Amino acid sequence: MSAFIKSPWIIHYDASSCNGCDIEVLAALTPLYDVERFGIINTGNPKHADVFVVTGSVNDQNKEIIKNIYDQMPEPKVVCAIGICACSGGIFQECYNVQGGVDKLIPVDVYIPGCAAKPESIIDGVVKALGILEEKRKAFKAQHCTCGCHAAATKE
Amino acid sequence: MILSLCLFILLAPFVGGLIDGLDRKLSARMQARRGPPIWQPFYDVAKLMQKENLFLHYSQNALMLYYLMMVVITGMIFFSGGDFLLVIFTFTLAIGFLVLAAYKGSSPYSETGASRELLQLLAYEPMLILAGVAFYLAAGSFDVRAIVQHESNLIWTMPGIFLGLIYIFTIKLRKSPFDLSTSHHAHQEVVKGITTELAGPTLALFEIAHWYETVLLLGMVYLFAAATPWLGITLAVLVYLFEIFIDNTTARVKWQQMVLWSWVVALVLGLGNIVLLAATKGGSL
Repeated sequence: MSAFIKSPWIIHYDASSCNGCDIEVLAALTPLYDVERFGIINTGNPKHADVFVVTGSVNDQNKEIIKNIYDQMPEPKVVCAIGICACSGGIFQECYNVQGGVDKLIPVDVYIPGCAAKPESIIDGVVKALGILEEKRKAFKAQHCTCGCHAAATKE
Repeated sequence: MILSLCLFILLAPFVGGLIDGLDRKLSARMQARRGPPIWQPFYDVAKLMQKENLFLHYSQNALMLYYLMMVVITGMIFFSGGDFLLVIFTFTLAIGFLVLAAYKGSSPYSETGASRELLQLLAYEPMLILAGVAFYLAAGSFDVRAIVQHESNLIWTMPGIFLGLIYIFTIKLRKSPFDLSTSHHAHQEVVKGITTELAGPTLALFEIAHWYETVLLLGMVYLFAAATPWLGITLAVLVYLFEIFIDNTTARVKWQQMVLWSWVVALVLGLGNIVLLAATKGGSL
């Protein structure tokens, strides 16, 4: 295991969640589960984050924001859809303003279903995401120099 | 001297990172958590080095590099026994580069962080200058070498300066209640304040610079009891433990309160101590 996945910093975004999954995400950060044991920090800043944790479904109001957060995260990055709404739209799937799960907009790496998803399953899902993050890091390293300057230069 | 400089450049980030790791572990225990491994800050920096570098202007990278370089140079001047005033000035210059890098980010959070960093500078600078003056009065020289070689422990003649420096170290170490421009660990303030627009390797530079800063500040604490080295080291350890305790027991204050109270402390403890020192020296201020 490389040092890379020993420090996964997350950004948590509440798309149009009912707050159920958000409370469970925050529960994972509390002393009871204490995910900082694994170096996980809730950054609140896309530019510092490695794991994008989304709860709730995509609608017309938040699709730009989700896209924006995803684009602002530096590579390599992974996306976790937490709760059934983020996975597929859940019971809100047929609503007039709901477009569906987060994967309608950005590539999702790990789906963590549940209503609400349990903290145990969230931690389990994020740990799965770390395996994917490690794969992405290897692919990223093969493409770019270690300082990442090439990637930034091509983006400008 | 060359050897001690090389030792500083290589060992300071290691010691600083280890202190940071112990800080996080201890903070976690104070909050009834297990906390991350002691090596966590090194994992963080290793990860950040491998991330993509996102930036708006190329100059952000250069300015952050200047910041780190100036902090290292400040530490080199200090640990090679150079001029204490020069240490203060280069330290300020380093912060100047950091502020410029944050302003380059052109985001509201980054700019608020930069403005607050300047206010922090405004708050702690008088106390640092007064400390320099007091060291001169007590040891007869601005040179760190002369201050270290002074025959008695300076803490007995400059307790006010010592307390005042502990007060401003809370600002410098970015600890609550004065973590206004940015805060570390899992705390958030105006998103991440001054570091909001820094990603990947550039953020890693900031972390490494902070390790150097920590070692430099603890070095300043050591000056107060340099005549008895074990006392000096104990003092540095106690001061850092006290800062962790303060960090975990206080809430963030407004910038107005920070500037006001830093100046009050500088005026009362700092200037008061200097007047006493001058009086005992026969009024040769």
